[in-house]
Amino acid sequence: MAQYRNIFLFAAMALLILLTGFLQSWNSALLILNMGLISAIMSLGVNLQWGFAGLFNVGVMGFVALGGLATVLISMPPVTEAWSAGGLRTMLGLVIGVASLWLTSLAIARLPSGKAKILGIIAGLIVGFFAFRFVFDGGVSAIEAVNPASTGYLGGLGLPILLAWPAGGLLAAGVAWIIGKTALGLRSDYLAIATLGIAEIILAIMKNEDWLARGVKNVIGLPRPVPFEVDLQNNPDFVATATDLGMNAVTASSIYVKLCYAGLFTVVLLLLLWMAQNALRSPWGRMMRAIRDNETSAEAMGKDVTKRHLQIFVLGSAICGIAGAMMTTLDGQLTPAGYQPLRYTFLIWVMVIVGGSGNNFGAVLGGFVIWFFWVQVEPIGGFLMQAITSGMEDASPLKQHLISSVAHMRLFTMGLILLLVLRFSPKGLIPEK
Amino acid sequence: MDLLNALVALANYVIIPGLAYGSQLALGALGITLIYGVLRFSNFAHGDTMAFGATLSILGTWWLQSMGISFGVLPTALLALPFSILGCIALILFTDRTVYRFYRVQKAKPVIFLIVSMGVMFIMNGVVRFIIGPDDRTFSDGQRFIMSAREFKAMTGLKEGLAIKTTQGLTVIAAVIVVALLFWFLERTRTGKSMRAYADNEDLALLSGINPERVVMVTWMIVATLATIAGTLYGLDKVFKPFTYLLLLLPIFSSAIVGGLGNPVGAIAGGFVIAFSEVTITYAWKKVVTYLVPSDWAPSSLVQLLSTDYKFAVSFSILIIVLLFRPTGLFKGKAY
Repeated sequence: MAQYRNIFLFAAMALLILLTGFLQSWNSALLILNMGLISAIMSLGVNLQWGFAGLFNVGVMGFVALGGLATVLISMPPVTEAWSAGGLRTMLGLVIGVASLWLTSLAIARLPSGKAKILGIIAGLIVGFFAFRFVFDGGVSAIEAVNPASTGYLGGLGLPILLAWPAGGLLAAGVAWIIGKTALGLRSDYLAIATLGIAEIILAIMKNEDWLARGVKNVIGLPRPVPFEVDLQNNPDFVATATDLGMNAVTASSIYVKLCYAGLFTVVLLLLLWMAQNALRSPWGRMMRAIRDNETSAEAMGKDVTKRHLQIFVLGSAICGIAGAMMTTLDGQLTPAGYQPLRYTFLIWVMVIVGGSGNNFGAVLGGFVIWFFWVQVEPIGGFLMQAITSGMEDASPLKQHLISSVAHMRLFTMGLILLLVLRFSPKGLIPEK
Repeated sequence: MDLLNALVALANYVIIPGLAYGSQLALGALGITLIYGVLRFSNFAHGDTMAFGATLSILGTWWLQSMGISFGVLPTALLALPFSILGCIALILFTDRTVYRFYRVQKAKPVIFLIVSMGVMFIMNGVVRFIIGPDDRTFSDGQRFIMSAREFKAMTGLKEGLAIKTTQGLTVIAAVIVVALLFWFLERTRTGKSMRAYADNEDLALLSGINPERVVMVTWMIVATLATIAGTLYGLDKVFKPFTYLLLLLPIFSSAIVGGLGNPVGAIAGGFVIAFSEVTITYAWKKVVTYLVPSDWAPSSLVQLLSTDYKFAVSFSILIIVLLFRPTGLFKGKAY
């Protein structure tokens, strides 16, 4: 019975997207589908951490942004001038910085404790910091001086952008490992605050370090894994096929491109879903849930709780990184100022909770459903507002205020959905088995 | 070498802004810590509660201004404050009745409360944007400075000026009064004592006949008051923007944790620790250093440790250091 229920839920979701296609336009339906696929992957990642292991990560935004950074680092052509101007010096600066941090951690771990140790560590940190700033700042200003209007950064590796997807996962996994090493093992509230902070720091770095990815000046014109609309419109074969199908070449090209993306995203989603399902059913997945349900008894059975937590934290963050790289690829540009915690962290949480934490299919469904409503609340709300205010005079300031406030309805609605689901169906749409 | 001018520059750019910011953080952190102590969860909606309180103050200010009422040299928002506090209390009690109480009766785990507070955060954020929109609002009026840089220079004949904004002075004074009242309440009144007893040991408190619903209600009322005052003062001193209040969550939580979650004294200390570290690490020390060293040693760079955009990194690093070396915070909090 439950099997049919799930199929019904997914079918209903597909129907909603199809309805969008018929009632609004196929372009917006495909847009919802594409972002829905990406959202589903993000919520799969968070579900791995929260649903499998009970880890409370509110730094999703940071890992998504790291994935976006990876697309620039992998796919943009390298700026050779900038590399020769200050590339080596900047890298040397970074090496000095990392080395001094590493030496500090070694000193903390190895030296006999006492006043001399504390003073030595502080002195070492200060010397390391100034050496780092001296070498690093010179390199950075040299790089940023190279043609600041269009480059002013080191560029990437010039590789195909599809490689950026796994690379984004790796980058996010690396950062997650560092965070997990320090913050896991703290209580769940502390982990939440720590991840919240890390996400803000990652964003601050991406906004301010212009040498890395141009900061708030944005990197535009990322390479694409699919053809450009303009090229399709200039291709006589494509235009002929479109006309045969009774479509305008412009609309057809944009639909074709979106379908290509949808195909790529579906492959990634299915692959990750398959892996997550196998992981859930494996002894490893059972162990994870055992740890989640009772850490003390799992530890008594000889399971290394902190190590397993670190493992799953890294895996979940990597999935968020992959999704982030896919999203930036779809956008075709990296705009660090566009990352907002409500949209990229807390909304993903709503997806996981509404879909059903602990169930991979639930997380995927939640991703689609919440994304659909996130997009469609505005037109629905606008329609409702028009109906409510239809009795008022057009010039009335209240009516104008109400109609212009529709844009803010979505936050309210998301909160309401989250609270209602938590209250009346805390296991979500598709409960954990 | 010019010690006096260096001191004045230090006071002007570090000490006074740090005191004002620290007071705002301390008031916010007190709210977090009280909820943690009595209701036992981390309230993610606190930043947006502050934003809601500030929104009501702005509406009140506009209404009073439209009636032609002002508060002389002080900002009109102070006159509106009592009403916005009442409004915020009403909303918070309504939220508790409709949302949190259900989970309290069920004795849900703290992390469930945390997720619930995420939902409340969304709703409050939506309400604030619905009422006042997502843009910047400046609502500070009255006299701008208690002492302007020019007056100070004329008075002392020093080269460096010392400016104290009305809002900065007001923030510090208001924080002192509020904190004094809060501690008087917690230490001296019967209700305050029952709150502390409840926070200390719930079962024992219930056995001695303390009504838990009443304790929870009083806590929410105090938290709403603190949040409204903190939000209004922050908005007066800087600028009101719904989004910045969400970002305030991080330094406020850091303050509460650094001081020791659940410990009010710790929350105040934590607020100042975080505020002063943020200000000192992101301040460009060039001016102060130039006064202190012989003239040919004067630095050519800004002598700024980190750019101001990294202030989150500062509060975060302090948080991590404290958590690693003293997980209960500077003052002993309730970390289990």
